[in-house]
Amino acid sequence: MLKTYDFTRLLLLSVLLWVCPPLQAEQQSATLTQAVPLFQAASFDKTREAVDLLAVSGDAEAVPYLQALLDGQLYQHKAQGTLVIAKDGNTGDELRKIPTNNSLRKYVRAAVGQLSLSHPDAVVRLKSANGLLETVTPEMAAQLRGLLDKETDSAVKEALSLGLAMADLNAADKAVRLTAIESLAGNLHPGVRNRLTTMTTDSDTEVAKAAQEALRSIEDTAALYGHVETLFFGLSLGSVLVLAAIGLAITFGVMGVINMAHGELIMLGAYTTYIVQQLMPHAIDYSLFVAVPAAFIVSGAMGILIERTVIRHLYGRPLETLLATFGISLILQQLVRTVISPQNVPVSNPSWMSGSLEINSVLSLTYNRLYIVLFCLLVFALLYFVLRNTNLGLQVRAVSQNRAMARAMGVRSARVDALTFGLGSGIAGVAGVALSQLTNVGPNLGQSYIIDSFMVVVFGGVGNLWGTLVAGLSLGVVNKVLEPWAGAVLAKILVLVFIILFIQKRPRGLFPQKGRAAGD
Amino acid sequence: MSEGAHLRQPEAGQPDASHKAILYLEGLNVSFDGFKAINDLTLYIDSGELRCIIGPNGAGKTTMMDIITGKTRPNSGQAWFGQTVDLLKLSEPEIANAGIGRKFQKPTVFESHSVAENLELAMHGNKSVWYSLRARLSGEQQALIDATLHTIGLTDHYHQQAGALSHGQKQWLEIGMLLVQKPHLLLVDEPVAGMTHQEMERTAELLTSLAGKHSVVVVEHDMDFVRSIANKVTVLHQGSVLAEGTMDDVQNDQRVIEVYLGE
Amino acid sequence: MFITRILQNDRGGQIMLAVLALVLVLVPVLNLLVPEGNFLHMPTYLVTLLGKYLTYALLAVAVDLVWGYLGILSLGHGAFFALGGYAMGMYLMRQIGDRGVYGNANLPDFMVFLNWKELPWFWQGFDMFWFAMLMVLLVPGLLAFVFGWLAFRSRVTGVYLSIITQALTYALLLAFFRNEMGFGGNNGLTDFKDILGFSLQSDNTRMTLFVLSGLALAGGYLLCRYIINSKLGRIVVAIRDAESRTRFVGYRVEHYKVWVFTVSAMLAGVAGALYVPQVGIINPGEFSPLNSIEIVIWVAIGGRATLYGAVLGAILVNYAKTVFTGLMPESWIFMLGALFVLVTLYLPQGLAGLVQQFQAKGWLQRRAAA
Repeated sequence: MLKTYDFTRLLLLSVLLWVCPPLQAEQQSATLTQAVPLFQAASFDKTREAVDLLAVSGDAEAVPYLQALLDGQLYQHKAQGTLVIAKDGNTGDELRKIPTNNSLRKYVRAAVGQLSLSHPDAVVRLKSANGLLETVTPEMAAQLRGLLDKETDSAVKEALSLGLAMADLNAADKAVRLTAIESLAGNLHPGVRNRLTTMTTDSDTEVAKAAQEALRSIEDTAALYGHVETLFFGLSLGSVLVLAAIGLAITFGVMGVINMAHGELIMLGAYTTYIVQQLMPHAIDYSLFVAVPAAFIVSGAMGILIERTVIRHLYGRPLETLLATFGISLILQQLVRTVISPQNVPVSNPSWMSGSLEINSVLSLTYNRLYIVLFCLLVFALLYFVLRNTNLGLQVRAVSQNRAMARAMGVRSARVDALTFGLGSGIAGVAGVALSQLTNVGPNLGQSYIIDSFMVVVFGGVGNLWGTLVAGLSLGVVNKVLEPWAGAVLAKILVLVFIILFIQKRPRGLFPQKGRAAGD
Repeated sequence: MSEGAHLRQPEAGQPDASHKAILYLEGLNVSFDGFKAINDLTLYIDSGELRCIIGPNGAGKTTMMDIITGKTRPNSGQAWFGQTVDLLKLSEPEIANAGIGRKFQKPTVFESHSVAENLELAMHGNKSVWYSLRARLSGEQQALIDATLHTIGLTDHYHQQAGALSHGQKQWLEIGMLLVQKPHLLLVDEPVAGMTHQEMERTAELLTSLAGKHSVVVVEHDMDFVRSIANKVTVLHQGSVLAEGTMDDVQNDQRVIEVYLGE
Repeated sequence: MFITRILQNDRGGQIMLAVLALVLVLVPVLNLLVPEGNFLHMPTYLVTLLGKYLTYALLAVAVDLVWGYLGILSLGHGAFFALGGYAMGMYLMRQIGDRGVYGNANLPDFMVFLNWKELPWFWQGFDMFWFAMLMVLLVPGLLAFVFGWLAFRSRVTGVYLSIITQALTYALLLAFFRNEMGFGGNNGLTDFKDILGFSLQSDNTRMTLFVLSGLALAGGYLLCRYIINSKLGRIVVAIRDAESRTRFVGYRVEHYKVWVFTVSAMLAGVAGALYVPQVGIINPGEFSPLNSIEIVIWVAIGGRATLYGAVLGAILVNYAKTVFTGLMPESWIFMLGALFVLVTLYLPQGLAGLVQQFQAKGWLQRRAAA
């Protein structure tokens, strides 16, 4: 082949002498000019030679022409031989379309990839290297090795070595094949897996066996990443649970109030997001930054209202708060149905929430889930800080431990109660903002989370924020781990049954409050 | 539900107090969140004895009662009722049916029941579910209720709701409930709190009369009351026994004086 | 004699049962004897509606037994009701025989639809009425027994217990929604034809079911009253008021709780079994936690720990529901919500308590006048 190249190059040089410079097209590079007569020959073989020529040249300017050839948009001026790219296909008689067929196109594609490998931009190089992976011919291999030596970018280097290893799989030499297989073990590129699968039927049993082993290691790695993905899904579900439950951990755990309207406070937060987005339709990307504080205020205010009008009268009677707040939850739901709509409302995702973070070809983490996890941790940290390090937090803890004593020490317990309840409710509203990005926003949104939230708080141990965090995250993970073999619904049932049984064993949850006071 | 079958009934017999002592507490330890409420406590109560236990707040008196009655499990140590009954292996009702009765620090009676019903419920006898569904008061039981009401001076309040009784009356009712339970060992936590001087005297009389047939352990803060009934006093401090002896011995004990004056 | 002894000192119960007896006589007369078109004629749909209320009332009595007297706020009694209903529904499904859409004599329609080839093991025997009736008692009873045994033995109480009973019914809701469970999934069991050979559409069958519901309510009421009046009842109340004191007196509290909880669940199951043939359908929606909480509010409104208050509350609330969902469907939820709030805040003893207060006052005044 090399010989042919030399020969054609010679030939081209001689031709070059009499070819006129193109008139209407911009100045074409030397390599392109060299290729002109080969294209003119109007045979697939000659075209292929021309493509080879361009590919080897390393001339980045040739890329658009080859791309046009791929797309069937490359024409040659009949008289002058100049190459012309015509996008609209409206070309007139002077131009002749350069014909292609399937095998040629495949060839061109490889050439484009090869050429782009010389592009000064590492991103372009990486893209083309990845595009080449499965099409590296032994001929290209030599050139790729040269490029690999010069390459400085590690990602591109990796891709090139992968391509070379894939090419080596076709080598006649058994040792080369074996080395290539060995180097491919654990590689997650889908092409590698396909290629190795075909290798398992290699005539040489040793090679076939090696390929099988490599495949197994690939599957192991893929499974590992599969587990990582499940864990991630679990953590994101868990984060949702924690977000939904953490406000409850305050109102239930710290204050001993069973707030069945907690779910509706979450729903109010979600609806606040909807309204904020209606108010700023052109700035959806920023809407959440407005919605979070807005939802905190809306739900928090509603919480304070509920506390002042109803719950205040029911302290120390948890079962009665359960019934009364359940009534409130019905009213809030119906209010939303009447005032806004009984149907679900559309809430948009900001653009920065869409897309995903690609870790490798089998593992990609969607941004919305990723942000939920981060948001959950942020909210938790903030809340923890408020309860630990602020005056309000100190008073809240004092009242929750000994109401009478706190009052004697000058804590205005009524005000603290209202603020605590408002805080818990506000957090519910913030959780609603997060949920609006994940599920349908409708009047029943809260109902579907209330039982889960209670499960999380009870499982974690009442009155313990860490317990809620650990419980929420672990229940999320358990749920997602069970899902593949049990199905979503059954997984949920199993988790519920597990908690019911767990409460029998540890009636005070994972992290019970200890001490004599916690007794009866 | 075959409860009852393996329940020790008080009629089943006296606890084996053949070695004189009826209650053995040995090397008990209890801690709550790192706080040692009971610290290597060893205490014996003789059969038929009336023992007073005193000690400052937080000395572990109530926790000790909780261990004996099965409410709290110790981290280590032994608690035996007689020679044969391992209290640490029994639940609260089993301990009660084995013959240990308890009166709480804060009087707890069944508030929505009448005085007589309170006694009926506390009375010794078969306490299984199916039995109680068909149970009727026998003449003997009725007589016991009447007699007990007479003893505790609540005959006139036979039909009155227990919740409507005065504090002192509730104390008495609770003592009455102890009596009909016919226990071998009575644990009495602060029996005279909230009582008038007169009532106190009657209580002292009652408790002294119980000793001999029963063993009685009284926890009390009121020193005059303790002096009036006790022949043997145990002082608890920081979860273990500080001193033991007659009231005079104890009051002259240098360590006891320090503990009480040091407060 | 027996009954009069049970109802001694139970004025409310006497009145309630007297009214019930009157209704059970009057309704058949008005429906069957008074000719259609007559002003006094009672249409059959009303009879069935009343029958439905009566089953709700029985359910409320069951809830009052555990909540009012034992102090356990069960948010899962709807599940026992639904299980009883499903047991009855399964019998009625088997009675359809080959009259279903697919004409398969051995398989209910939904199973044919799911391409099932044979009847699952847990459907065996439900073609026999006695067996189905046994299951109406046993299935809710067994679930309550196992659940209660686990929960009460480990001393799960108060709010925690309420929450896990709610989780229980929620888990069952999810489970019964699944087609794989073999209970008709989403659609539940319906299209019933007849019971013991009597057409469910006929006036006579409907009247019989109505009367049976009334008798079941009366029977359930007397049973609960008998339990409450016994020493067992006094122990149960003692447990409610001072659980640990009851233990120290020597009662094995968990046995009492399990016993009462199980009895109550069985009563709920009976109510469910009578409910299903009258409304003609049972589906997973009956397991919804909302239903269970609603029962509690019936009891709260009527007055807990009175039994007759539960009957009163169940009938009043459901009558109001029928009226208002017909007149202004939107407002009903608001009213129900407000009821929850107002009753807990201002009427902790319910209507029965209100009546008792008035009586006490009147009695005092008369006393003062004398």
